[in-house]
Amino acid sequence: MTTTGSTADGPPRLEVAGLTVTFGGLTALDDVGFTVADGETVALIGPNGAGKTTVFNAVCGLVRTRRGEVRVGGEPAPPSATGLLRAGVSRTLQGLGLFDRLTVLENVLVPLSGTRLTGDHLAAAHEVLAALGLGAVAAVRAGALPYPERKRVALARALVTRPRLLLLDEPAGGLGAADIDQLARTVRTVADGGCAVLLVEHHVDFVTDVADRVVVLDLGRVIACGTPGEVRRDPAVEEAYLGVPAGEVRP
Amino acid sequence: MERLVFLLSTGLARGAVLALFALSLVIVYRAARAVNFAQAAMAVVPVYVALAVTSAGGSFWLGLAVALAVGALLGAVVERGLLRLVPQETPLPGIIVAVGLVMVLQAGLAMVFGPDHRPVHAPFSQRPFDVGGVSVLSPYDLFVLVVAAVVMGGLALLFSRTSLGLRLRAAAFAPETSRLLGVRVPRMVTLGWMLSSATAALAALLLVPTGLGLDPHAADVLFVNAFAAAVVGGLDSPVGALVAGLAVGVLVTLVTGYASAAAAPLAVLVLLTAVLLVRPHGLFATREARTA
Repeated sequence: MTTTGSTADGPPRLEVAGLTVTFGGLTALDDVGFTVADGETVALIGPNGAGKTTVFNAVCGLVRTRRGEVRVGGEPAPPSATGLLRAGVSRTLQGLGLFDRLTVLENVLVPLSGTRLTGDHLAAAHEVLAALGLGAVAAVRAGALPYPERKRVALARALVTRPRLLLLDEPAGGLGAADIDQLARTVRTVADGGCAVLLVEHHVDFVTDVADRVVVLDLGRVIACGTPGEVRRDPAVEEAYLGVPAGEVRP
Repeated sequence: MERLVFLLSTGLARGAVLALFALSLVIVYRAARAVNFAQAAMAVVPVYVALAVTSAGGSFWLGLAVALAVGALLGAVVERGLLRLVPQETPLPGIIVAVGLVMVLQAGLAMVFGPDHRPVHAPFSQRPFDVGGVSVLSPYDLFVLVVAAVVMGGLALLFSRTSLGLRLRAAAFAPETSRLLGVRVPRMVTLGWMLSSATAALAALLLVPTGLGLDPHAADVLFVNAFAAAVVGGLDSPVGALVAGLAVGVLVTLVTGYASAAAAPLAVLVLLTAVLLVRPHGLFATREARTA
């Protein structure tokens, strides 16, 4: 099943088509397809084990796909991390993956360090840190920060390369309401700048707030796609989340 | 008092060499999460090459440059051609292969160059300066201290101020995350081995004029003391290697001077045990560094 955004002229920033991934006898993804256009925010939701993170890993070449393809900007997705960075793809990790012993600034500079670090690189890093309210802790070791700030460092590190496709793995997880509001503003700013955003998220209000479209996965298949409002009213989605056919749920 | 000043100053110079060698062990531990038990044998190979260059009419400085280059090359060859092929899940296979490498290198050197001590002349006088009737450092000791300080300062700048240093540290702290961020981790591991082996070669080159001369086992005691210093310092802390290296150097020199050379290894063992009893992770290690 393929769902397509309608905002793109030319090839979409991300195109996933017929993606099938198996682990041994288990089918983790089954014929999954969707697109994300430049400037569009698409949320990938679904119950635990639906295959959301596997989609991310397939996009990043971290799992072997059995069938289907992933295209970035119309080209086959590069298999290596450096190739993806060069193609303008950036991601955050579910476990944050910060270097606790490096400073916040150093954490943010790591994706830029493939070449000699110039003043422009440093300026870009300071700019993104300031934009996320991390300017004052640039010289602090990442391991010493509270969790919400650590999440922002991870986001800053993903943004510093000025990506054209940003993959966010549970960006709102573990955050309070104020931090989620700030995150939503950041995501909207990034998308307004023309970046395609694909996010995996459980937080329904956050998804409703930022996503242009929602793709719902269940047991490795796309079961619904549409605006957040459309998806919320979809009986198949309710069944997937609650385990009973729509209409049978009583308060 | 004069004797104490002399022993302390000499101990610092010996400690500088120890600190360099301990630093080489720390660099490779950070890069590969492994103690290189072949470091002593690997460090002596470039010294033989340097001595051959110097004997063939080249200057000491040319020999020094060749030793650094050969050390770095040997580090790359050992990592790429040998230890990368060894299973990494547990440390034991790597240790066994490293011990085997020690035997091969030391036997090979003995076959090619002979097992005897070969005298190595220092590029500067080893006669101590006389300061107000007190013997202190020799010109060669000063040279050793300056070289050690320059190399350690250079390595500190490399690790803290350059993009390569940032990649080396990132790859050492979290290889998998680094790979996802575009850092070529296997290349960083190889570079870590090259830096480590070149530093160890330099330490061995600085050591041999102060000892009995060069033989295939010339750096064995240096390795044992430097390993103790590296562990005391925390095994992954360059600052720890520096401080503990200097401390062990001074300790060994004082014990040798006031008691006997035979008591020196015992003193190092006592220091190591005492520190590990109080701080099991070493003086400068952070806890997560050893479990990462």
